[in-house]
Amino acid sequence: MSLELTERVIEVNNLKTYFYLDIGVVKAVDGVDFSVDRGKTLGIIGESGCGKSVTVHTIMRLIQSPPGKIVDGSIKLYRFRNNELEVVDITKLDPKGKEMRNIRGKEIGMVFQEPMTAFSPMYTIGDQIVEAILTHENIDKKKARERAIEFLRRVGIPRPERTIDAYPFQLSGGMRQRAMIAMALSCYPRLLIADEPTTAVDVTVQAQILDLLQELQEEMKLAIIFITHNLAVVSEIADDIAVMYLGKIVEFGKKEEIFNHPLHPYTVALFRSIPKVEGKLERLVPIYGNVPSSYQIPEGCSFHPRCESAIRGICNVTLPDLIDVGNGHKVRCLIYQKVEV
Amino acid sequence: MEMLNRDTFTPLISVRNLKKYFPIQRGFLRKLVGYVRAVDDVNLEIEERETLGLVGESGSGKSTLGRTMIRLYDPTDGQIFFRDGDKIINLTELEGEELRKFRKNMQIIFQDPFSSLNERMTVLENVGDPLIINGLISSRQELIEQVVETLQQVGLRREDIRRYPHSFSGGQRQRICIARALILKPKFIVCDEPVSALDVSIQAQILNLLKDLQEQFGITYLFISHDISVVRYMADRIAVMYAGRLVEVAPRDELLTHPLHPYTEALLSAVPRTVMGRRKGRAILTGDPPDPANLPTGCVFHVRCRYTRDICKEEQPNLRSIDSNHHVSCHLAETLELKGMEIHV
Repeated sequence: MSLELTERVIEVNNLKTYFYLDIGVVKAVDGVDFSVDRGKTLGIIGESGCGKSVTVHTIMRLIQSPPGKIVDGSIKLYRFRNNELEVVDITKLDPKGKEMRNIRGKEIGMVFQEPMTAFSPMYTIGDQIVEAILTHENIDKKKARERAIEFLRRVGIPRPERTIDAYPFQLSGGMRQRAMIAMALSCYPRLLIADEPTTAVDVTVQAQILDLLQELQEEMKLAIIFITHNLAVVSEIADDIAVMYLGKIVEFGKKEEIFNHPLHPYTVALFRSIPKVEGKLERLVPIYGNVPSSYQIPEGCSFHPRCESAIRGICNVTLPDLIDVGNGHKVRCLIYQKVEV
Repeated sequence: MEMLNRDTFTPLISVRNLKKYFPIQRGFLRKLVGYVRAVDDVNLEIEERETLGLVGESGSGKSTLGRTMIRLYDPTDGQIFFRDGDKIINLTELEGEELRKFRKNMQIIFQDPFSSLNERMTVLENVGDPLIINGLISSRQELIEQVVETLQQVGLRREDIRRYPHSFSGGQRQRICIARALILKPKFIVCDEPVSALDVSIQAQILNLLKDLQEQFGITYLFISHDISVVRYMADRIAVMYAGRLVEVAPRDELLTHPLHPYTEALLSAVPRTVMGRRKGRAILTGDPPDPANLPTGCVFHVRCRYTRDICKEEQPNLRSIDSNHHVSCHLAETLELKGMEIHV
C-alpha cells in the first residue's frame, strides 16, 4: 500500500444528496468531491443553504430518509482493522445498521454548533461520554469513567473528576463545547467533523477552542472537516478550503491560494463584501441580489444571476466543470475553461 | 474620517453614572436575594452624527445598556441627557405621556429580523404603525405615501406594502425593521447586533445602508456588536464593556492599535485574522466571564487579568482620561505596554 493511501482518511466522490419534498426537489448536495488526509484540516465555507451541513450529515448518515436520499456518489472511509487497511463506502451502509453505528463516534467524531442542544439535558456530561466509550470499546465502566475524566482534563475543563458529574446546563457555553470535543474524541476517531463549532461562542472562547482543536489534531494526527461561514476562522485552522455555493464546490485549494489568489467570482465577491480587521477601510461591495431559493437553482452556472463577470448566452446555459488550474487549485467557472460555443 | 474636536464637543447623548440592576428573587415568597448588575456605573457621551461602537462578550451588558439609554428599561440609578435643539432633556425624569412623546427621537433595530416584526401585519402596518401611534398622519393616503417613501429609502419597493413579513428574506426583513425605526425621523438609533443573524453576503448591504442613512439624515448610532471587524467598519469611536462596566473608550483606530486595558488587549488578540500564518503570543483569556450576580471585588477583570497586582483586588478602578479622547478603567494603564492589532493600513 502506498504511503499516500495510508495517510488518506476519507474520500468523497461525486456525492449527491437530494431532498424529495412536496413542493419540489432540493438538490442540497449536488456532486461534491474532496478528500482529507491524516493531520490535515479541510475547511468548508459557504452561506446558509449552500449544502455544507448536509454534506457532513451525509457522511455521518444522519440525513432523514425520506425525504433525504443519497442519489449518487461514494464516501470512502479508510480505516484499519487488525492492522490491515480497509476501505468502506459509507453510502452503501444501512444508516441504522451495526456497521454504521460503529463508525459513528468510533471512526468519525462530530462536534455540533450548539452544545446545549447536542447534549441530552437529562444526563450528566459523564454519563454521556461514558456511554459513548462503552458503546465502542470493550472496557469496563470504571475504566471508561477514568478515560472520560482524562479527556475532560485534556480539553481544559477544571476539576474534571467533579465536573464529570455536572449536567450540561451547569456548564458555560465554552465549557460545554469543550466537553463536546472530549466526547467526540473519546474513542480516538481518525476523523473529526466540526460543524460551526465556534459560531455560538464569544471570540475569546472561540480562540481557545481553535487552539485546543489544533493541539489535539497534532497529538492525535486527526483529520478534521471544519464547517464555518466565517472566513477568518477558516483561515486560522484550515489547510485546504472548499467554497460551496448552492450544493456545489465552486472553488477548492490550499488556504494560501484561496486567500491570496481567489479565482471564482463568488469567492472574490465574498471577500470584498466582508468587513475586515486589517487593511485599508474601504466601502464594502455587497454581492448583488440574494441566494436563490433551493427549489429553483438557476440553469447553467448557478451563480450567474449574481455574477459581475457572467456572459449572457454562455453562463446561463453551460454548467462549468471544476477544473484544475495548477497547484491543486480548482475552480468551477467558465472564465477559466475552454468552451465550445 | 475626521476626528471629533473635543473642545466644541456637544454630545447628543450623555449618560451619567447609569446603573441597571435586575433583582434576583427566590422561593415561594419571591424573597429578594441579590441583584444582577447588568449595567454598573456607566459614563458615556455620544456626539451628534457619530457612531459609537459597543463591544464585549455576551452577558457583558451591551444590550441592557442600549435599551436603558432609550428608556426601554427604567434605570436603577443615574442620568441620561438628550440634547433636543438648544434644550437638554433629562430622559430619566420623563414619565408617562411626556416620555411617550419623546420616544420618537430614539429607536432601536434588533438582531433577529424574524422575531421583531409582527407576522400578522402587512409591511404597511408594521412600518406605518409608529406614525399612527404618534398621531402624525391625518389620512390613509398620507400613511401610504410616507411608508412608501421610507421603504424606498431602505431599498424596498412600493408594491411591498401589501406583503407580509414571511414572504421576505432575512436581509429584506432587516430593511423593513430599519424602515420602521426610520419613519419617525429619529435622532438616535440603537443598532443591537443588526447583522449578526444575516448571511455574510447580505451583511454588507445592511451595513452600507445604515451608513448611507446616517449620512443622509444625520442620525447618531450606538452600534452594538460582538464582531470587531463589523464595529471597525461602522464606528468612529469604540467602547469596550466587561461585566456591566465600561473598561475602555477611545477613537476606533487608537483603540484597535493601542489598547490600554488588559481586557481590550485580550479581546483583540482573540479576533481571528485573515492574514496568513498563525499568530504567536496570543493573550488568551482563561476562565469564563464573571457571573454578574456575583462579581469579584476590586477590578471586575482582576481574576482573569495577567497583569493583576494587589491594588486590583481591593480597589475598583474608575473610567478615567489618559488623554482627551482615550478613557480607561485600569489602575496600571500608564505602566503597562499592551499589544494592539496590526492593522496594516
